[in-house]
Amino acid sequence: MHTIKEIQKEIIEDFAMFEDWIQKYEYLIDLGKELAPIDQKYKISENLIKGCQSRVWLHAEYAEGKIIYTADSDAIMTKGIVAILINVLSGQNPSEIATAKLDFINEIGLKEQLSPTRANGLVSMIKQMKLYAIAFSKQQ
Amino acid sequence: MLDVSKIRSQFPILSRKVNGQNLVYFDNGATTQKPQIVIDAESKYYANQNSNVHRGVHFLSGLATDKFEESRNTIQNFIGAKHKHEIIFTKGTTDSINLVASGFKTFLNKGDEIIISEQEHHSNIVPWQICCEQSGSNLKVIPILDNGEMDMDFFYNLLSENTKLVAVSHISNALGTINNVEKIIEKSHSVGAKVLIDGAQAASHISLNMQKLDADFYCFSAHKMFGPTGVGILYGKEDILNALPPYQSGGEMIKEVSFSGTTYADLPHKFEAGTPNISGVVAFKSAIDFISNLEVNKIAKYEEELLQYATSELLKIEGVRIYGTSKKKSAIISFNLEGLHPYDIGMIVDKMGIAIRTGHHCAQPIMERFNIPGTVRISLAVYNTKEEIDLCINAIKKAKIMLS
Repeated sequence: MHTIKEIQKEIIEDFAMFEDWIQKYEYLIDLGKELAPIDQKYKISENLIKGCQSRVWLHAEYAEGKIIYTADSDAIMTKGIVAILINVLSGQNPSEIATAKLDFINEIGLKEQLSPTRANGLVSMIKQMKLYAIAFSKQQ
Repeated sequence: MLDVSKIRSQFPILSRKVNGQNLVYFDNGATTQKPQIVIDAESKYYANQNSNVHRGVHFLSGLATDKFEESRNTIQNFIGAKHKHEIIFTKGTTDSINLVASGFKTFLNKGDEIIISEQEHHSNIVPWQICCEQSGSNLKVIPILDNGEMDMDFFYNLLSENTKLVAVSHISNALGTINNVEKIIEKSHSVGAKVLIDGAQAASHISLNMQKLDADFYCFSAHKMFGPTGVGILYGKEDILNALPPYQSGGEMIKEVSFSGTTYADLPHKFEAGTPNISGVVAFKSAIDFISNLEVNKIAKYEEELLQYATSELLKIEGVRIYGTSKKKSAIISFNLEGLHPYDIGMIVDKMGIAIRTGHHCAQPIMERFNIPGTVRISLAVYNTKEEIDLCINAIKKAKIMLS
C-alpha cells in the first residue's frame, strides 16, 4: 500500500501527460465510469452530501485499522473527482487521513472544481471523509 | 431591423476571451451584460455628481438628487405608471417582493389565502411562506401543466373571497413561459384580491404599461435589463402603497421624528430608508434609454427569431428534451440530454467559452414537478446571434460525445 503522499505524486504525474482540457476531462469521465459502485443500501439520504448542482453519496467502513470509502455521484464529472479522492484516501489509516494535505488538487488544475462556489458537493465530501477519519481515530 | 453587430460593439465584455475562446454569453436570465453608456454613467456619477440625495442645500446634493429623480421619471414612463411616486427604488426584485410581503401580512387574518404558482422563483415563494406563517393565512399553489403553462382552470377554482393576494411571475425564469397575467389580474380582481407580478424576466423583453395591465404591484431588477446590480423597482398603485406600512425604517423615510411618535414621509420616500444605491439608480436610466432606443417590441421580435432558431437546432440533437413548450415563450430554453447530468454538460461547454446555466435555477418545485435534478438553461438577449447559437449547439454536441 502506498502512502497518501505517494499516491498524490502518481496522480500529479498522470495528469502532467495531458495536453489539453479535453484529455483531462475524458480521463475524469473514465474514472467516474470505472468507480467501484457503492452498495445500494448505503445510497440513502443519511449518506447524501448535498451540493447545489450534483449530489454525492459517501459511505465509510473501518476495519483492521483502515478506512474503506465507497461513493457515488449523479454527475459523471463529479464522480470522476470522487474516484480520485477515494483513490488517495481509501485504505489509509484514520490519523493519516485526518491530517492529510491534499496538495494534488492544485497541481492537477482541479482547484476550481473543488472550490465552495462550485456547489458540487466535493468540498463537503472531503470534509466528511476527514470527519469519518477523526471519528474512527478515536476508536484506535 | 436591429443592427446586432452595432449593439454588440457597445458591450465591452462581449469581446473578451474565456478559456481561450470567444465568450458566448447565454446566461442572460441570471444577469445581462452592460453597455458602455451604463458603465460610463456609473463612473461619471462618481467623477462628477456624487453627493447624498434629498439632503443638502449645496450644489452637488441638488445635482445628485436631480439625476436620481430623473431616473424615477424615466422608469415611470418606461412602464407607463400613473404617478412618479408609485416607483420605489429597492435592491432588486427579491427586495421588492419582501417589502410587499412584510407589509401585506398586517392586512391578513387567519384563514385568508395567498395564491402563488408552482413555477415561481424561490424569491416569489419563500417571502409568502413567511408572510402566511406570521399571519396565520394559507398559501395555495397553482400547478403547472406539462408544457410549462399554469393550470388556469385550477387557478379559477382556487380563487374565492378568502383570496387576498395572487403573486405570480410574468415570465418563468426556469421554463420561459409567458404567463397570461392579464387574465390572472382580471380574475383576481373579480374576487377582490390584489395581484403582485414578478417581472424580473419580463421587463426588457415585453413592453409594459402599468395602467393597462392593472397589476397592483410589479417588481423587476435593473441588472437583468442591462443596468447595474443592486437596483430594483417596486411599482405599486398609489392607494395600496399608501396603506402599506413601512418596510425598513431610518433616515429619509420620516416626516417628523420625536420620542412621542414619528410620522412617515410621503411616497416614494416612505419605502426608501437610508442612503440608496444612487450611482446604480442613475446608471439604470442609461440602461432604460438603451432599451428604449432599440424599442422593446423590436428586441422581442429579434429574440423570438433567436428562440425559434435555437429551439429547432437543439431539437436536432438526439435525446434532447425541452422543458417549457408553451406557445408563448420568452427566449429561455431549459433542457436536458437523455441520460446526462446538466452539471456535466455545463462543465464541458464552459471550457469552450459558452456561459450557460445549469442546476435548479432557484425554482426547485419545478424540478420536482418534472422529477429532474436540474436543467441546462440557455437564456438569450438582444446582443446574441445565430452564429453564437451554432457555437453553443456544437459545444453541446461535443459534450454529448465526451459523456456518452
